Amino acid sequence: MRSLRLLPFLMLLGGGSALAQSPTYGIGRTPTKEEIRAWDIAISPTGEELPPGRGTAEEGESLYLQKGCAGCHGMTGTGGLAPGLLKREAEPGTDPWALGRVLPIRSPYATSVWDYLNRAMPLGGEGTLTADEVYALTAYLLFVNGVIAEDEVMTAQSLPMVEMPNVDNWAPLPDWKPGTPRLPGYPY
Amino acid sequence: MDSKQPDRRVFLKRGAALAGGLTLGAVEPVSRPAPASGQSVEGQSQEAQDYSSEELIAYGERSRFVTSKRIPHPRGGRPSPDEFGLVFHVAAPLQDSVGVITPSALHYIGTTRGSYVPDIDPAEHRLMIHGLVDRPLIFTMDELKRFPSVTRLHFIECAGNRSNPRQETVQETHGMTSCAEWTGVLLSTLLEEAGVQDGGNWIVAEGVEEVKGASSLPMAKAMDDILVAYAMNGEAIRPQQGFPLRLVVPGFEGILSVKWLRRVKVVDRFYMTYNDYGHLRQDPDDAALGYQIGPKSVITFPSGGQQLPGRGFFEVSGLAWSGGGAVSRVEVSTDGGQSWMDAEIQGTAHRMAHTRFSFNWTWDGQEAELLSRCTDELGQVQPTRAQVREFWNVPPDQRFSVKGQDNSIQPWRIASDGSVHNAIS
Repeated sequence: MRSLRLLPFLMLLGGGSALAQSPTYGIGRTPTKEEIRAWDIAISPTGEELPPGRGTAEEGESLYLQKGCAGCHGMTGTGGLAPGLLKREAEPGTDPWALGRVLPIRSPYATSVWDYLNRAMPLGGEGTLTADEVYALTAYLLFVNGVIAEDEVMTAQSLPMVEMPNVDNWAPLPDWKPGTPRLPGYPY
Repeated sequence: MDSKQPDRRVFLKRGAALAGGLTLGAVEPVSRPAPASGQSVEGQSQEAQDYSSEELIAYGERSRFVTSKRIPHPRGGRPSPDEFGLVFHVAAPLQDSVGVITPSALHYIGTTRGSYVPDIDPAEHRLMIHGLVDRPLIFTMDELKRFPSVTRLHFIECAGNRSNPRQETVQETHGMTSCAEWTGVLLSTLLEEAGVQDGGNWIVAEGVEEVKGASSLPMAKAMDDILVAYAMNGEAIRPQQGFPLRLVVPGFEGILSVKWLRRVKVVDRFYMTYNDYGHLRQDPDDAALGYQIGPKSVITFPSGGQQLPGRGFFEVSGLAWSGGGAVSRVEVSTDGGQSWMDAEIQGTAHRMAHTRFSFNWTWDGQEAELLSRCTDELGQVQPTRAQVREFWNVPPDQRFSVKGQDNSIQPWRIASDGSVHNAIS
């Protein structure tokens, strides 16, 4: 590994040919920045992969009808064949976990909503939403679930800053190590 | 899937076949399957499948008398394909299984959300490794096949593989697991080629299908034994299983074995993709059961819906597996768990692979309850549902679902008439 880190220096010395050769097998090539950008669609909780764009809940509400979302998810985000998008009614102070398995309320990160809309919606038209449309639909779903105000504009900067009710209310996955039981003492 | 197209079925006159095609060393025509009509008189016209057609000599198919097939999961769930052509979950016919390999055509299918099975041209397919690496890389399929390869037996099991009292057969209770021989490159080989940087503690693996199913995985697993597989059971991976390229994440929940793989990004944290979100838990103990599958086994014969012809000798047979490594012991009980006896492990128990066990049993014609219990190389023991209930302090009268991957013991009740029933409660 250490020798790999020297590669940029070697490249300077060797006139730029060092990077063309991979360390062990030398198979494959370096993707271009454009190739990486085109596929780099998984959105970190930090939002670092989010593209420029903007959208509001009001715009999202129109898009929800225009794009056919209501056909599967119901006119108000509930009652359709597809998973519900609206949290359960509950007393104030209820554990947000109890508000239902609804992505725009249960996920600890608002970026998950953007990510999934962008990669997988609408059914049959996956990948066709523009960045602005995804920001708007995300804003709409966060607004109807009471996470953001109606006039909040969602952008690459504001979306990762949205504090979801479960942000600290979930169990991180275990620190997995090879050759270890999943949960010592369970249940034997 | 039904391959018995009418145009492939031919009417053969045995005499004509004898006269026309037989050469020295050819198989005696009397071995041809008896026709359904029962007509077997020499020279008489009979309906038979022509397994010696040019097409079937080039790529064979099973006998038309073998009808074992996959079914939608769960029982009564959405059909695959549905009215839009989407494929959901489809379970393997474990009641018909022998040995440890699931034939590729019968391997269970799971998809993210429901997907169309993509038709990918391998010449156009690429795998990209990027993110927190010294050197992002992109590979063609031909390039991936130049790397040192490994071939390993591994099961893949869906997290939805759980038994409930409404299910009747082992296909319904346990059919969302399958085992195949996988060939490919270790992901660690590719990651080392790219050079993982400090802080690269996770990967996000992503498919190219229209849903672009993506999951976060810990770097410790990626560097341990994850396969980037291009072959399955001695041939290219089938489209339903991720052609031309998929991850095989040994012993972890099936959804993590990303199909139609096109991208692995090295990242600094759990990304909470939609697939990750689906496995989100509130309780740390519950979350701890989420990745690695526990020790598990099930008797496939006799199993629910089957019928014993009468008292006498039977070889009880089943499958055992664990996400924690190799199966080290399988026990069988024929009295509902009051007493246990060691079953025989057939062949070599491979790590994170289905392992066939058998137990010689003479049924006395009395009602019996058959159970199997798996212990793995880590000493983990498969629990009963009662033990799981006790661990989580669930009162006896309260309905509950086993947390994490359900690896609880499956009981089959043999009624005195020889019929076999799901005895889970």
